[in-house]
Amino acid sequence: MKITIRDITKRYGAFTALQNVSLEVPQGKLVALLGPSGSGKTTLLRVIAGLEAPDSGSVLYEQDDVTQRAAKERNVGFVFQHYALFGHMTIFENIAFGLRVRKWKNDAVRERVTELLRLIQLEGLEKRLPSQLSGGQRQRVALARALAASPQMLLLDEPFGALDAKVRADLRRWIRQLHDEIHMTSVFVTHDQEEAFEVADHVVVMNKGRIEQEGAPDEVFAHPANAFVTDFLGHVNVFHGRIQNGRAHIGTVEMPMSFDVPAPEDHAEEGAEVTAYIRPHEVDIDRVSHGSDSMFAIVTRVNRSGSTVKIALVAQEGQLPLDVELPHERDAELGLVVNDRVWVYPRQVRVFRREEAALDKETAA
Amino acid sequence: MNDSTSIVAAPRALESEKSRSQNRAAVRRATNEPVGVQIVLIALALAFLGLFLLVPLAVVFAEAFRKGWEVYRASITSPEALAAIKLTLLVAAITLPLNTLFGVAAAWAIAKFRFKGKSVLITLIDLPFAVSPVIAGLIFVLLFGRQGVLGEWLMARDWKIIFAVPGIVLATAFVTFPFVARELIAFMEAQGTEEEEAAMVLGASGWQAFWRVTIPNIKWGLLYGIILCNARAMGEFGAVSVVTGHVARTNTVPLQVELLYGEYQFAAAFAVASILTLVGIVTLVIKRIVEVRAHSQLKAGSG
Repeated sequence: MKITIRDITKRYGAFTALQNVSLEVPQGKLVALLGPSGSGKTTLLRVIAGLEAPDSGSVLYEQDDVTQRAAKERNVGFVFQHYALFGHMTIFENIAFGLRVRKWKNDAVRERVTELLRLIQLEGLEKRLPSQLSGGQRQRVALARALAASPQMLLLDEPFGALDAKVRADLRRWIRQLHDEIHMTSVFVTHDQEEAFEVADHVVVMNKGRIEQEGAPDEVFAHPANAFVTDFLGHVNVFHGRIQNGRAHIGTVEMPMSFDVPAPEDHAEEGAEVTAYIRPHEVDIDRVSHGSDSMFAIVTRVNRSGSTVKIALVAQEGQLPLDVELPHERDAELGLVVNDRVWVYPRQVRVFRREEAALDKETAA
Repeated sequence: MNDSTSIVAAPRALESEKSRSQNRAAVRRATNEPVGVQIVLIALALAFLGLFLLVPLAVVFAEAFRKGWEVYRASITSPEALAAIKLTLLVAAITLPLNTLFGVAAAWAIAKFRFKGKSVLITLIDLPFAVSPVIAGLIFVLLFGRQGVLGEWLMARDWKIIFAVPGIVLATAFVTFPFVARELIAFMEAQGTEEEEAAMVLGASGWQAFWRVTIPNIKWGLLYGIILCNARAMGEFGAVSVVTGHVARTNTVPLQVELLYGEYQFAAAFAVASILTLVGIVTLVIKRIVEVRAHSQLKAGSG
């Protein structure tokens, strides 16, 4: 089932939760709505489910406009952030709820619930109450309940949010597998970029009630469209600078230890203030200068405990801290220790105009 | 499967162990006073409890049985006493369903929906708590009494409200109006709307969601409210006293007690009073049981 969202706006009093949002969720895909809290991602999910009515715009399932249709008529599976299991019902009755209100015969209900219990690997627990299950188990019950009446799509609101790291990783893998088996059009909301990239076919990055960027996970990660997306997608080094001679000059003019990168193409006015984003793993370190592309820095800390070596440095006479991640092999070649004087040169720098970046920072806070 | 659940159960057991030891530490800190001070404080508290709660309770029963079992039996089976008991039960039987219905509806609207004038409604529900019962009684006299706003209209149709059963029911309903609603608003707000939303997405109508999800979830809170409402309905004196005007044969149990006492029939007065006292004690016991259930339901519901 393809979902089309056309120009949706939703306000709560003075707060605009969604502003002219349009989106297409292709049939059979698993799509992540990614963004910080207050970005409108949950509101969008609830609008798709029919739990919120938009102020304007429309929601289409295939060619069918369902904007005015109540949630109960939409036949969607919805998994709530805090499970929302019925506390007074057994696991069996929780899963059976959607079938009972559809007046299924007892035998059919039993057969379907048994099948789902097997799917979520909780056979034997059907007589328990939700309060007697762990968080991960409850989330699986919530999923089975959502799937029971064979919905046309599955919507999940922060499905792993309340779980601890280990259970989360397992459930994440399991959801992906499940999706590969049943191929149901699915949308899930998350604020965790790692989760979005690991699970989804298609990532939609949201901020302040708008879609900032959407695309395949690899593509969004490799080519963030703007300062917000770059900043949101994980740890980055942030530098300020200005455009000089058509290039972005990072660092202050008085400081000789600085480097130049190509200016952003769309607004390369001379003297414009810019912000440059450099990811720690897209930087290399060397003991010799590579000319104007490299920057002088001093090593302040080396941490070799992870899958990469994390090196903290300061550039520009102690005024500019930056983080670098090197593969262990490269680190072995260099043999870095604290207080080493080195040259840092980024392999990739993303530059955006400062005003825009500052604006985003401000509202994200 | 069983393994994984026992693993989950283990930390919870540890947690309660921890909180218990914290409680113990708190108890120790609280009793760091010198022994003498402790004894004086405990004695004061016990004396207060005894003087204001236990002694009066004992007096009611002692006075009731002072002239022996026969007199007691005669007092509570006299036609007046039986009529009073019957009327009190009737009033409660009419008031409770009305206030339960209203309370559930109001709490449901307030806790589950956003609408204009919500805070006004919440304040209005509390009105009977704020107003003295005597005033409540007077309001109905002024409305429905002979000189009242609707007095002539009612007289023309020969409908008696004041000095009659309808008046008593109205006054009682007014005074006990907030009990169910207040109890349920807090209860429902704590539970949120997620379960109802889940029911709707699963295809339930509003009505189905209400009966299959909301009502079972508030069962104990509702019972708690009804019990408090009942206790007050049976024991209400002020408002009922005003609307009966001391002229009718329509006496409720509390009014009957006062009447007998005023006629210096102390044994009979206390005998009838002992019935009310018993109702009170039973209410407290049931209330305690329901309270425990309601609390655990609220906790289970948040899962």
